[in-house]
This record gives sequence, structure tokens and C-alpha cells, in this order.
Amino acid sequence: MTAPAIRIQGLTKNFGASEIIRGVDLDIHRGERHAIIGPNGAGKSTLFHLISARLPVTAGAIELKGENVVGLKPFEIARRGLSRSFQITNIFHNLSVFENLRCAVLWSLGYRYSFWQRLAGLKDARQRAEAVMEDIGLARRRDTPAGILSYAEQRALEIGITIASGADVILLDEPTAGMSNTETEEAVAMIRRVTEGKTLVMVEHDMGVVFGLADRISVLVYGQIIATDAPAAIRCNAAVQEAYLGTSVSHHE
Amino acid sequence: MNSAIFSRGRLLLWGACLVVAITLPLVFKSGFMVSLLCQMGIMVVFALSYNMLLGQTGLLSFGHAVYYGLGAFITMHALNLLGKDGSPLLVALLPLVGGLAGLVAGVVLGYVTTKKAGTTFAMISLGIGELVAACALMFPGFFGGEGGVSGNRVIAKQAFLGFTWGPQVEMYGLIVLWTFLATVAMFALTQTPLGRMANAVRDNPERAEFVGYDTQRVRYLMLILSGLFAGIAGGLTALNYEIVTAETLNAHTSGVVLLMTFVGGIGFFYGPIIGAILITVMQIVIGGLTHAWLLYFGLFFLFMVLMAPGGIASLIAVQHKLWAAGLLPRMLPHYLATALPVLVLLAGLVGLIEMGYALLAGEGVGAGDTATKVMGMELQLNAPEPWAAALATAALGLLLTRWIGSRTRVAWNSALATLHGDKA
Repeated sequence: MTAPAIRIQGLTKNFGASEIIRGVDLDIHRGERHAIIGPNGAGKSTLFHLISARLPVTAGAIELKGENVVGLKPFEIARRGLSRSFQITNIFHNLSVFENLRCAVLWSLGYRYSFWQRLAGLKDARQRAEAVMEDIGLARRRDTPAGILSYAEQRALEIGITIASGADVILLDEPTAGMSNTETEEAVAMIRRVTEGKTLVMVEHDMGVVFGLADRISVLVYGQIIATDAPAAIRCNAAVQEAYLGTSVSHHE
Repeated sequence: MNSAIFSRGRLLLWGACLVVAITLPLVFKSGFMVSLLCQMGIMVVFALSYNMLLGQTGLLSFGHAVYYGLGAFITMHALNLLGKDGSPLLVALLPLVGGLAGLVAGVVLGYVTTKKAGTTFAMISLGIGELVAACALMFPGFFGGEGGVSGNRVIAKQAFLGFTWGPQVEMYGLIVLWTFLATVAMFALTQTPLGRMANAVRDNPERAEFVGYDTQRVRYLMLILSGLFAGIAGGLTALNYEIVTAETLNAHTSGVVLLMTFVGGIGFFYGPIIGAILITVMQIVIGGLTHAWLLYFGLFFLFMVLMAPGGIASLIAVQHKLWAAGLLPRMLPHYLATALPVLVLLAGLVGLIEMGYALLAGEGVGAGDTATKVMGMELQLNAPEPWAAALATAALGLLLTRWIGSRTRVAWNSALATLHGDKA
């Protein structure tokens, strides 16, 4: 019996007097695609920030593959095989697409802070970066500085950097936000492809994406999870429908 | 796009630079020129080491002279320790001692400064710089007080391969060797995992953490290595001048290296090389011509920051792109047409500045400071005519510059549009 990919127990987060996350318990199984949905301001991004240590936890426990990770630094969590993307594109603007991806693979290949090895001689780093570049469809933009890519391309690169390290737990924060319908379709196909065999947790507003990709869905409302279940069950859940007040979930599909 | 360090093109370029550096003193034989060349080489190493922080890691330091200065002092003490038993070979290796001193200083001081990036780093670097500069005056035993520490680089009876380092031109050879080695090493560093992650930390420290890197560690390591090369530059300056004073590690020296690096261009590896050479020439040549050189220096820096924030290297890079696209011939006449009124404007401004400076600071050539020499002309400061003439020249230059400059800008924008249009 292996530990779940992520186990969250009694997690709370306060900003001053206001409670943003109010006692979240959640198990993410290994290898599942798990979506977290909820109205604006429910604390979805905050939950991601807590898991990935971008923000300090107020109280509660977070375990990554059975190990406590509360109090670790972001780079320590990344080294334990959890990688995340950001809602607002967070890339290395002055570096080329290829360099962005190569930077993302260096640590996991064990090159650490090496200043005695030539980058050009690191075949495995190059091949892995190139493979990811193919996966996310940016091969023809190899030498373009990331800062001048189109929005959709930057979003693809954002996901590319996230998966490049080969982490087995992937957190995607609104991967399709701001995309057109066609771009979203392509992005979903790409996410499905690159997270094959990994644990995926994502925050997403597009219900089409959520119900198309997720094995299970958790609904976060005012810092609490009101339901965790398979998509079909979530769709008929009365509490969820009430939370979305007026937005018929099935309508989006 | 293979970024191998020793690709054929790059080897040729490195080789050509080395050949030019070696043959320069054969062309410019005067003692003045050789001294100037020596200073250039030292500053190239110093500015490149500074850009490891500013351009590559995004760390704005106001105290880089600390590593340079400590390297210089330790080298000088090592030279004096060698005494009469040393050989020219040991003397030639002394910059390495300076480098080690810079490295150790980086390990100790960098641990404090690199805890934070951004403004905090800049402020702490300034504080540490002041601290060390104050120490230099508090401990005259080590730093030599006002007079500094001096030594003699010619210590041996027998020469090493014919070198005693006595003649300035031999010292120049030693500087070229060290400058070349340090430059190759610093370039090689940019092509390593640490070098690339420094760029990543510069661009986006948050994301660097989320791909597994401790940004504080990256900054710390880059600062230590930068201290090593600054220390080597300091060691060279100790050997070159045979005296080290507290000024080598004070805020003024830190400011000069920042200026050189910025003017040359922080976004390109070779930018600081250009900046170091140019500013050294300006300091020594213009400094020899006029007492108002610091003013010109300031104006030039202001001009660069406002008009070409990417530095000279970025201007060269754009010209290179235009040339590759076949657009440069189209722009050349415009450049020449603009240069003319700019020269007129400069002539007027220089006249005004020189006369004003002579009047206010009393640096004139004639008795009673009523006359000064500007560009070979003897000018009477108490007569209205020279002032009116200079003012008119400057005004005419300004008008023409604005008029022709606006046309050049139109041509420039259209050339850039063509360039980017072609690429997309």
C-alpha cells in the first residue's frame, strides 16, 4: 500500500485576520488526474501555493508521497518530484525556448551548480529539452527569446518547464486561462499527452477542460472542500450546484 | 547554434584578439601608450568580473572594488614576502594569490550580501564596501594608511626565460597573458550549468526555485567566482603600479567599474571589454587634456543611460543585424549626416564648458585667469566675443542636430521595421 501522491490534512492559511484556507483534507491518488474547481476567491491558487511552498502554511499537514513537506523551501519540494506551473506566465524571458527548457532539466539530471562542465557537452540535458520542446510543439521556436513568444506559446512553454524535470506530481494552475477555443483544445490534448502516467492536479475554470480531463474533481468553496468525487457524481451534487449558483455545470459540457 | 567554446569561428576571434593585444606595443611604442594598454587589460578583467554579477546574475553591486582592492593588497604583501628569494616565475604567478584573496573575501562577505537580491543586495554591498574602505584607514599596518603599500616587482638576479618584469613592456606581456586566461575562463563559465542558471535567476528567481535551484546558492557561487577574477585584476594592478593605496577598494573604484560595464553593455559578454577600454582611454587621454574631464565623463554616462541603455555592445549588435540584412549601406549616409551637426554641437559645448571651468575653477593658462586655451585657440574670458561664438556654435549645432536627427530617426525606424518584418 503506497502513500498517496499528496495527502493534505487540516490545512489552514490565514492572511492577517482573514482565513483563506479553512481546514482542507484531501488525498490525491498516485497517477490520477485531479481537478480543483470553485468560484473566484475560493482559495484554489492559494492551495497550490501552500502545496508548492510558495506561501508558508499556517497550520495543518501536507505529505508528498508519504513525506512531510511543510516547512520546506520551494526548491526542496521541486527536488522531491513535485513541479508546478503558474496562472500568470512565469518563464525566463531573456532566454530562448530551448534554454528555458534546459534550465528546467539541469537539476533533475544531477548537474547542480556545476561550473566545470560545458552545457553544450551535456547530451542528456539537450535531448531531454528537445524532447519536451517537441512535446509542447515549440520546436520551430527553439532559439526565440521566451519574452517575445505569443501568449499561447508562452502558456505552452510554462507547461513545458513544469514537466521538463520529469517530476511525477504535476500541479497546473489554470493552464488554459485566456486561450481561444482552438488553443484550448490543443492545450488539453498536449496536457493529456505530457502527463501520461503521472499524477496531475489542476486548477481550471473551463468546465469543458475539467470534465474532459479529470478522473476526480474537488470543489473548493470559501477555503473548504465541499465535495470530492468522479465527474459524473460532481455534476449531480446538489451542494456543488448551489455553490455555483445559477451556473449550470452540465451546460458547459 | 552549437555553443561549443572552441568552435572554429570563436577560436579565430580569440586568436585574433590575442594577436592584436600582443602586437599593439610594437605599433605604439611610447611609454605612455604601453602604460595605457596595461591599465586597459587590468580593467577588462575587472569589468568582466563585475558583469558576472550585474549582467549575468542581475546583481547590482556598489562594492565590487572590495574584492579588487583586497586582491591588490594581498598580492603586494605576497610580493614583499617573496623578497630577494623569489623568481620572476613566482612574481608572474602572484595575480593568482590576488585571485585567491578575492575568492576568500567573496566566501566571507558574499555569504552576507547574497542572502537577498535586488535593492537589498545593492544596499548591503554598498555598506560592506564602506566598511572595508573604513578598515583600510583604521589598520595602517596592513593597508599602509594614506601612503598605501609599495613594493618592487623586479626581485630576481636571474631572469625567467629572459623576463624580469622590469620594463613596462614585459609587464604588459604578463597582463595580456592573465587577461586572456581570465577572459577565456569567464567566458567558459557562461557556458556551464551554473552560468546558465545565473541567467535564469536574473530573469526569474521565483521560477528558478521551482525548477529545483536554491537562488541564494546560485548568487553566492557567482559572487565568489566574480571575487576570484576581481582579485586577479587587483593582483595585476599591484604588480603594474608597484603601489596599492586605499583608493583601490573604495566606492569611487566601485563606481568606475559599474560605469565601464554599463557603458560597454551588460547584455553581452564582450560589452564590458569595450567599456573598460573606452573608459580607460577617456580617463587617461581626456583627463590629460582637460581638468573638466569628470564633467565630460558624467555627461557621457548620462547620455548612454538615456539614449543607449543597452550600452555600446547593443549598438554594435544592432548594426551587425542591419549589416546582415543588407540594410547598413542605407543607414551609413544618415549616420554621417548626423555626425556633422553633433560635432558642431560638441565643439560649442566644449568651448562653453572649458571657458566656464577656467573662470570658475581658476585653471586658465594666463595670469589672473582671464584667458584659457581651447582646442588650440587662446580665448579671452572677460570679453563677450568668445562666449557669444561658443554659444552660437552650440545653438547652431543643437538646431541642426535636431533637424537632421529627426530625419535619421525616421530612416532608423523604417530600417528596424524592415529588419523585424523580414524576420517574422
